[in-house]
Amino acid sequence: MKNSALGRRIIACPYYVWAAIFIIVPLIMIVYYSVTNPSGNITLDNFLLLKKYGKAFLLSITYALISTIVTFFIAYPLSYAMTKLKMSSQRLILMMVIFPMWMNFLIRTYSWISILANTGIINSFLVSLGLEPLKLINTPGAIILGMVYDFLPYMVLPIYTAMSKIDRSLLEASDDLGCNGWQKLKKVIFPLTLPGVVSGITMVFVPSVSTFYISQKLGGNKTMLIGDAIEYLFNIGPDHYNVASTLSLVLMVLILISMAIMNRFTDETDEGVII
Amino acid sequence: MKNENIVSLKNISVAFDGETVLDDISIDIHNGEFITLLGPSGCGKTTTLRIIAGFVEPQNGDVFFDDNKINGVPAHKRQVNTIFQRYALFPHLNVYENVAFGLRIKKTPEAELDAKVKDMLRLVNLTGLEKRKIDTLSGGQQQRVAIARAIANNPKVLLLDEPLAALDLKLRKDMQTELKKIQQQLGITFIFVTHDQEEALSMSDRVVVMDNGKIQQIGTPKDIYNEPKNAFVADFIGESNILDGVMLCDRLAEFSGKKFECLDGGFEKNEPVDVVVRPEDVDIVPLEKGMLEGVVTSITFLGVHYEIIVDIGGFKWMIQTTDEQFVGDRVGLYIEPDAIHIMKKSEYSGKYGDYSSYSEEIDHLSDVEEEEN
Repeated sequence: MKNSALGRRIIACPYYVWAAIFIIVPLIMIVYYSVTNPSGNITLDNFLLLKKYGKAFLLSITYALISTIVTFFIAYPLSYAMTKLKMSSQRLILMMVIFPMWMNFLIRTYSWISILANTGIINSFLVSLGLEPLKLINTPGAIILGMVYDFLPYMVLPIYTAMSKIDRSLLEASDDLGCNGWQKLKKVIFPLTLPGVVSGITMVFVPSVSTFYISQKLGGNKTMLIGDAIEYLFNIGPDHYNVASTLSLVLMVLILISMAIMNRFTDETDEGVII
Repeated sequence: MKNENIVSLKNISVAFDGETVLDDISIDIHNGEFITLLGPSGCGKTTTLRIIAGFVEPQNGDVFFDDNKINGVPAHKRQVNTIFQRYALFPHLNVYENVAFGLRIKKTPEAELDAKVKDMLRLVNLTGLEKRKIDTLSGGQQQRVAIARAIANNPKVLLLDEPLAALDLKLRKDMQTELKKIQQQLGITFIFVTHDQEEALSMSDRVVVMDNGKIQQIGTPKDIYNEPKNAFVADFIGESNILDGVMLCDRLAEFSGKKFECLDGGFEKNEPVDVVVRPEDVDIVPLEKGMLEGVVTSITFLGVHYEIIVDIGGFKWMIQTTDEQFVGDRVGLYIEPDAIHIMKKSEYSGKYGDYSSYSEEIDHLSDVEEEEN
């Protein structure tokens, strides 16, 4: 018995090393940079600069919330509908949902530019029909669209998994006990898929709130999200690493708080939650 | 009132993917009775139950509830409740909320609901476990929650789909008694599905024996045991020696090369028939007093009695006796006229051989899980 415990620890060693190098050390460095100035002296001045980025934080959170809500309202009905289909159709749709994830994130975003641009696919089509072109690119809507498109699989997968795990006899039991379709959804299906919903929301909200590239490419550099701000600061030179680290730290704390709030909804039912 | 039909199935047929599951079955279920659908897996008993519950729509035939045709009425609008095979309790709700579920859907006032739930929990002996989560309960307790949840809705008919199959033997016996008691106390019609013939015999007012999507026999437990209609019923219910025979004339049958007096009549002269003799109805007697004689080939001690196999002219009989015999003994057999039951030949004739390979009952017990849908 003792041996196997020891064995397990030995096997886990590479993971600890990996975690130390790629998770713990970078975290410590971020904390260190965020409380020092470029010359290495400890200071809290960086935090005073946060005010300047208040708007970016607010925008990031707003965009992330909107796109999380939109992805949820696409993913939930989609997953529900999928579980009603034949197994082979379910797999096909799942493949189609996952497929874009195989492509590079930048390429996916660029493709949307060519679709939405003023002379892009949609507008060329409209013009050829003799209609007025629409302003699609460089709008808040385009940013939301990009985020929803990029993060949809992360919402669909956990919800679909939770949904397909529901025992069919539970649905029959709710029919049997008098539930109509809506009551069944509200009283049985939704509570049983809640852990999946929480992981989905977490997995979409976290990357959306810290995303950068999408807003620059589809929002036309008009909107600076917090991710863009961090990227910008890191790009302009080492002197700005400290403020960028402070922003990252604050963002991380915000994400942790929101995850803690989300996980309260599932307290004991930790099954299916991926963090 | 007593014999009014609460549920009637008329000429029901169902096929899944072109495969016939129910073939023109009709049953009248009386108000307040405990009726059991009994048969091996795949016989259509669960499908029959699901038709009454509203989970399966028959392709042909009509379903009547209280004299109203209910084809096409969705499950949630039917006044029946089901106890599912693996209980189907809601894992996200505690015991109390599971039992209250149907009442909440009906928007029962809180005070009435609370009284009803507590009443139900008292009925199934679960008082004090209200706040427990479902997955912390034992199988027997989950079973009780399932019963309470179903009957809290005051159904006119309770459907039970092999509810005891997942329990161990001792618990199953206790629950049998308890279910019967609850049924008598509440006066609700119980439609019970099982593959366990003993369960069916001990609990039911009437038993419907099914096989291959057809009803083989409907009758009281005594009827189907003592007067099985065909070789299938005789074989499925209890142990039986099923022999090929000829009905020479009323009250005289010939089998195993001998003529036997019996109580049955109404057959053609010299009509080929199936003859059933129950193992407990055969007496072992000294050779000279025997109507038949044979050699003991195996003995199993079962506590209450011995189960011995006797070879008579190549056919192995099963006989239950309290007298010890020994392998190789030549023994005489004596059969009373009322122990001989004559059946018309059917599609099942000849399918059930003798007891030379004896394992069928075990098959019946092990295939609960495979029941279709």
